[in-house]
Amino acid sequence: MISSSSSRLLDKIRAWLPALVLSPSFAAILLFVYGFIIFTGYLSLTDSRLLPSFDFVGLINYQKLLGLRHWNTALKNLAIFGGLYISICVILGLLLAILLDQKIRVEGILRPIYLYPMALSFIVTGTAWKWFLDPGFGLEHTMQTWGFLDFQFRWIKDRNMAIYTIVIAAVWQSSGFVMAMFLAGLRGIDTEIMKAAQIDGAGNFQLYRRIVLPQLRPAFLSAFVVLTHLAIKTYDLVVAMTNGGPGRATEVPATFMYSYTFTRSQMGIGSGSAVIMLAMIASIMVPYLYAELRQGGKT
Amino acid sequence: MFKLKATLAAAAALCLFSSGSVFAEEKVEVLHWWTSGGEAAALNVLKKDLESQGVTWNDMPVAGGSGVQAMTVLRARVTAGNAPTAVQMLGFDILDWSGEGVLADLNKVAEEENWDAVIPDAIKRFAKPEGVWIAAPVNVHSTNWVWANKAIFDELNLKQPATWDELITSLDKIKAAGYIAMAHGGQAWQDGTVFDSVVLATGGPEFYQKAMNELDEAALGSDTMKTVFDRMAQLRGYVDDNFSGRDWNLATAMVINKEAGVQFMGDWAKGEFLSASKKPGEDFLCFRFPDSQGAVLFNSDQFVMFAVGEEQRPAQEKLAMSVMSPAFQQAFNKVKGSVMARTDVDASVLDACGQQGQVDLAEANKSNKLFGSMAHGHGAPSGIKSAVFDVVTAHFNGEYDSAAAVEELAAAVQAAK
Amino acid sequence: MSQSRDNSLPTSHFTRALIYTALLIFAVYYLLPLFVMLTNSLKTLDEIRAGNMLALPRSITIEPWLKAWDSAQIGVDPSGLKPYFMNSVLMVIPAVLISTMLGAINGYILTKWNFRGAGVMFGLMLFSCFIPFQIVLIPMARVLGLIGLAGTTSGLVLVHVVYGIGFTTLFFRNYYNAFPDELVRAALLDGAGFFRIFWRILLPSSGPIIVVTIIWQFTNIWNDFLFGASFADFDSQPITVALNNLVSSSTGVKEYNVHFAGAILAALPTLIVYIVSGRYFVRGLMAGSVKG
Repeated sequence: MISSSSSRLLDKIRAWLPALVLSPSFAAILLFVYGFIIFTGYLSLTDSRLLPSFDFVGLINYQKLLGLRHWNTALKNLAIFGGLYISICVILGLLLAILLDQKIRVEGILRPIYLYPMALSFIVTGTAWKWFLDPGFGLEHTMQTWGFLDFQFRWIKDRNMAIYTIVIAAVWQSSGFVMAMFLAGLRGIDTEIMKAAQIDGAGNFQLYRRIVLPQLRPAFLSAFVVLTHLAIKTYDLVVAMTNGGPGRATEVPATFMYSYTFTRSQMGIGSGSAVIMLAMIASIMVPYLYAELRQGGKT
Repeated sequence: MFKLKATLAAAAALCLFSSGSVFAEEKVEVLHWWTSGGEAAALNVLKKDLESQGVTWNDMPVAGGSGVQAMTVLRARVTAGNAPTAVQMLGFDILDWSGEGVLADLNKVAEEENWDAVIPDAIKRFAKPEGVWIAAPVNVHSTNWVWANKAIFDELNLKQPATWDELITSLDKIKAAGYIAMAHGGQAWQDGTVFDSVVLATGGPEFYQKAMNELDEAALGSDTMKTVFDRMAQLRGYVDDNFSGRDWNLATAMVINKEAGVQFMGDWAKGEFLSASKKPGEDFLCFRFPDSQGAVLFNSDQFVMFAVGEEQRPAQEKLAMSVMSPAFQQAFNKVKGSVMARTDVDASVLDACGQQGQVDLAEANKSNKLFGSMAHGHGAPSGIKSAVFDVVTAHFNGEYDSAAAVEELAAAVQAAK
Repeated sequence: MSQSRDNSLPTSHFTRALIYTALLIFAVYYLLPLFVMLTNSLKTLDEIRAGNMLALPRSITIEPWLKAWDSAQIGVDPSGLKPYFMNSVLMVIPAVLISTMLGAINGYILTKWNFRGAGVMFGLMLFSCFIPFQIVLIPMARVLGLIGLAGTTSGLVLVHVVYGIGFTTLFFRNYYNAFPDELVRAALLDGAGFFRIFWRILLPSSGPIIVVTIIWQFTNIWNDFLFGASFADFDSQPITVALNNLVSSSTGVKEYNVHFAGAILAALPTLIVYIVSGRYFVRGLMAGSVKG
């Protein structure tokens, strides 16, 4: 009797063990991510200023937020930055991966060279790029000392062009990673299919367009998702390179949210902008996750 | 939850090795953003003073953006119930924090040392709101100064300009001689510092008070304000192409190194001149922003004391007393470029610029022409200050013209209230 | 990677030359900032001011490196980056190990012990990778204060573990997804238990994905600035915070050479990790995260 009931108990524990082991991680995520998101959402409906307050004021913060010129600049910059950053990274990453996949002898040396920017913090690379792009010290100065006296490159000081310098630095930072993802995808393609197509007389371009690219679909999707969320979260790089300047020309939503929440003592509006950022991320992530889970449950 | 707990326990065990804290000694942790040469040297005076009394100084610098990062850190630390002993802070930020009930009460020390008698009212407004001393003021900075390279002025036979028109004539001459006329760093607060002076010079003391302290809508939207913005645009013509994003002390260095003629900056710039072994009157000139003589825009660095445990109280009080001791105030302000917060300290230890500053301060105080600087957090709360910066810096960088800037300014201030 | 060496196209000598040229040009673009930092960190300040950024140093000096390491002004103290480097090491090692371990076991559960609701749980965990971290600062500070970990290295470890679980779980889940279920079933029939299967069967074949996860976590945590600046005390600030202070500390003259040297010092551990184990990175990605 005793032994059978204890063994039944053991069975029960065994059945629950996986869920039990997973639950601390899950509980931590529930509290530290979703709990805090709800908290932020609530703050956006309060009159919080210096520190959180719980006095409900309705949607006033959102109304104020949408009326701010500053916020519109931030959104516009995100659109420019995000569009260019994602497309250039994908194109460059794909190009490099395809080139690197042509039995390159020195691949072992080139790959880490393309990849290493990922290893550096934005504080480091942002500072390096700031120096490099500074007209008085960097590229422009160098070209001029080499005798190209008319050479000008002062985008970082130009409020219409500064956002593009951030694209340059950000592409430099992440395109190697995208390359690695595509390279992994290319290496996973069945060589038999390629051979068959070649025998059928498909040209190089045709081969890639018809056979290779469609097979890289998962890599495209992963790259897109990773890049999109990096774009929306871009913060350190802007702070290190331009700190939102010249003027407020390179403000992005993340810097906006930070400054309203922490330095302007308008935590309510800052939280509102955070909620909008979260919604943007969710609108891209949720469909992806849904698709991922549908097919990913069991392959 | 057993796994999370195990994680925590492991992490805590690890921590024991990494930070062994000793409770027997007296120590203070000071959060600040004074990292430039003159500033760090000045703070070192305080550190040495405390160490001579057996109090350990734990330095918590968070550089960047004139205190922007430091204030975020402070918020996180106060929320965590782990506030530093003392925090460098300015004006309205102090008032904001005093409303949160997390600050220490220094009344006992203040009474013993008779702070009430020696600190001017304009500063007491921030250090002792609602009758409780919460902060120890270190100094009084004044922001409507011009710093000029004397060699350039001599070379071009320039006199100290006393009016706006004379200033423009001088700048033109400096520019024509091939120097950068105006050393400036394109950061919002630096644009704002210049703006402060131009508002005071253009509209006069009363206008400044109305617009920048009382946030009067009529004043903010007035024609005078449009003239102010026109003048800002005019000044924009005298900076070099590379000004954007430059730190203020690098702009000062341009004046020191005879690359630029003048800089419009608060008196902390003098600290940089001094730490480069330059002498006032010989190597550089200091004078009030043209048309603003007699009035003083001030800001006061204060060490705000946070409520900490009983065992840390004695060290904290020692810190407060140290900050307020006449000897320290003299030593510190000699290096920093500001003047003493105490009115009863002999100012003759300061150099010529400092002495003039102390006299100006006393006179402005007497004639009611002493105003809190908007750009440095003594004119309005930080939300409004930043809103003003938005407009000033956008206009200075050519995003819109003066007429639009006036409209934007009134709207931005209204929205941030 | 031998099985896949054959994607290359049949090409002429001319095209190959073109490909090599293109690859080299890109290599220059990627190396340029590092080159600038490295050469200028070896110059004297006078030479930087007089010469140009891309020129090689006339005479090499390691003075800036020594200064950045142990005598540069960081705030009031001339301590250099040295003490902060140790803070970072003490933070990053436990955080990487713990989050990787949790990720491995979570991935194992999610793929091999598929219980009701596991999919939703995974989705929720994955989404957590994508939140902007600024929003958690204030509530996280409160929690750290409540559990007594505010301002400590352990507190930072906890924060990094929590916000790393999403990614580590994703990596391991995708990797184990491809791991044959038959092996697990067979082990079950042999009477192996939950943990035994994990230890004896899955973990030993997880080399590539462990490498990817460790690289990823190590880089992210080592490079973090926001959490380090917000949740650390004076004695637990990580190196990124100190570097920021170093670069902003200046005595009227920006000591570019010291700043460059400091920047490289701060980046050295992650650079080494990438260079040493970079070749496993693509292999690991191949095995795991890129597949749907």
